[in-house]
Amino acid sequence: MALLIPGVEGFMYPNEVELQWSILIVLYPFITGLVAGAFILASLERVFNVVAVKPTYRLALLTALAFMLVAPLPLQLHLGHPERSFEMFTTPHRSSAMAMFGFVYLWYLMVVLVLEIWLDYRKDIVLMAQSSKGLVRVLYRILSLGSSNLSERSLRIDERVGYIITVIGIPSAFLLHGYVGFIFGSVKANPWWSTPLMPVVFLFSAMVSGIALVMLIYMASTKIRRQPLDMRCLDTIARYLFYAFLIDFSLEMLDLIHRMYEAGESFQSLDFMVHTQLWISHVMVQIVAGTVIPLLLLAATQLLRLSDLRRRRIYALAGILTLVGIFAMRWNVVIGGQLFSKSFLGYTTYKLAFVTREGLLAAILLMILPFAILWGLAKLLPPWAPGEVRSAGGLHGGEMG
Amino acid sequence: MSTTRRELLSQITKLLIVTPAAAAFLDRLGGAETEPASKYLMADHYWAMVIDIDKCIGCGNCVRGCAEENGVPRGYFRTWVERYEVGAWPASEHPEVDSPDGAFDGFPEKTRPGAKCFFVPKLCNQCEHSPCVQVCPVGATFETPDGLVLVDQTYCLGCRYCVQACPYGCRYILPDKQVVDKCSLCYHRISKGLTTACCEVCPTGARTLADLKNPKDPVHEFLRTNSVQVLKPHMATGAKVYYKSLDQSVR
Repeated sequence: MALLIPGVEGFMYPNEVELQWSILIVLYPFITGLVAGAFILASLERVFNVVAVKPTYRLALLTALAFMLVAPLPLQLHLGHPERSFEMFTTPHRSSAMAMFGFVYLWYLMVVLVLEIWLDYRKDIVLMAQSSKGLVRVLYRILSLGSSNLSERSLRIDERVGYIITVIGIPSAFLLHGYVGFIFGSVKANPWWSTPLMPVVFLFSAMVSGIALVMLIYMASTKIRRQPLDMRCLDTIARYLFYAFLIDFSLEMLDLIHRMYEAGESFQSLDFMVHTQLWISHVMVQIVAGTVIPLLLLAATQLLRLSDLRRRRIYALAGILTLVGIFAMRWNVVIGGQLFSKSFLGYTTYKLAFVTREGLLAAILLMILPFAILWGLAKLLPPWAPGEVRSAGGLHGGEMG
Repeated sequence: MSTTRRELLSQITKLLIVTPAAAAFLDRLGGAETEPASKYLMADHYWAMVIDIDKCIGCGNCVRGCAEENGVPRGYFRTWVERYEVGAWPASEHPEVDSPDGAFDGFPEKTRPGAKCFFVPKLCNQCEHSPCVQVCPVGATFETPDGLVLVDQTYCLGCRYCVQACPYGCRYILPDKQVVDKCSLCYHRISKGLTTACCEVCPTGARTLADLKNPKDPVHEFLRTNSVQVLKPHMATGAKVYYKSLDQSVR
């Protein structure tokens, strides 16, 4: 077919040529997925008593918080009128799958993450307030919210309430990311998105990406701090990553096979798209490099007897590939869902600019920001075990009892 | 000075009579436009459109007329026309479709021997169960009692969820205002007893505005005596743009 408009092949409805949701909307499910996954890893220790992952408990919580704080930024940057976004709180439209995001977000951020982290750190905050001086002392005083009671009874209450919040937090994390999946999965006009599997696939891919991220941060942070890596912890995380990944992969394959077997109205068009414009990002990056290879690597660590060093290297490689694969998955959902015409007769292309409001630079900065926040959080509220902090000579390491 | 009860009641009565009279007088001074609008009752109308594909010649008058009437920026379309060419079997599975610049300047001549060729004007279907209205997070787009889907551009966030939700590609973001825009079925005209700009300028009468609540509207006779179809009926959006002679290849 002749090329009439640059970047357009075949026929598109004339208003469809321009893509509506950019790379920033790719970041949105990617980041919220990391939050949900990191939190679920943290709750493994607390609720399901997987003691081996304890060294990453606080790290996972702080990671979730750092990414959660950044999660609404790509949305705000994308909105035509960010100054009106508060309307979603004051006059939410009840039938809209998007309208509840603000509430789900605030619930998760304030009730689950902030409260759980505060309860878990309260004792440390009080101790640090006592042992520090000047402005730092004031800061910790403020963080303690005036609650300096460290009696055994009050610490027991902290523990008990924290446990209850984690129990509430698990369905909340499911809600957060399942809900993001529903925003896409409920658009009946778009056959690439419209499937009841979408929230479930989003959820499991969230767990996969969050676990991989915390695993990598744990490995990197111990290396930077020159601390010994707890291999039992790492092996356990990798095992959970493997299990979650298996479920995620099965679900995605189920979706794919179902589409191919049903071969409905949209199939020819979507099939063509996967074989042309999405070939690299979907088949090569998401499925082969981002799913099959890390799954095989993780399976090898389960089946073969490998040295600690080898396992560490494999985990690092598998973790990085996993994150790339999950990012590609978000990309293929969000961008892929806009590349074909709803007439099923043509395709458009996504032109990613660099220095624009919704360009690549903004996306890169938004992905660096949570790591900067995490660095700050880790300085303020060290997530490492007390003994480690002292020997690492951290910010308040020497002063801790 | 004391006022008797009788005097007080009489003064209140006078005030009650004088105030609306003065208000009505001031309204009249204020501008003539208020009068017809006040006569328009939303409950008395239910708007739709009927398109006769056999009559459309693809001249693009409707596209230009709409753009001019509604200030639609170039490159965006509240209405557009598509040209379908459906080849003989076995090529019939893949129709060739084009709509150069939404048919703003009509179509360049093109002949494909043995093909079935026709034009399909498109516009917002003013759906009764609009997916776009359903997804708007703040209710900036809404259904009116007289059967239209409209946008409150002072309230729209520009999140573009509605653009994604419309199965027909009828919505776009205004590049300057960064809010969504779409066909309003010329609400500013039809609520004054006029027809839409596209119907007004159509030289062949291929498009007709219809008021389903008006028992005297010829639309009832038209729907009774013709086979009509809506676009993508499986989407169950309750589309209210009815097409006569719609080919199965049209999407």
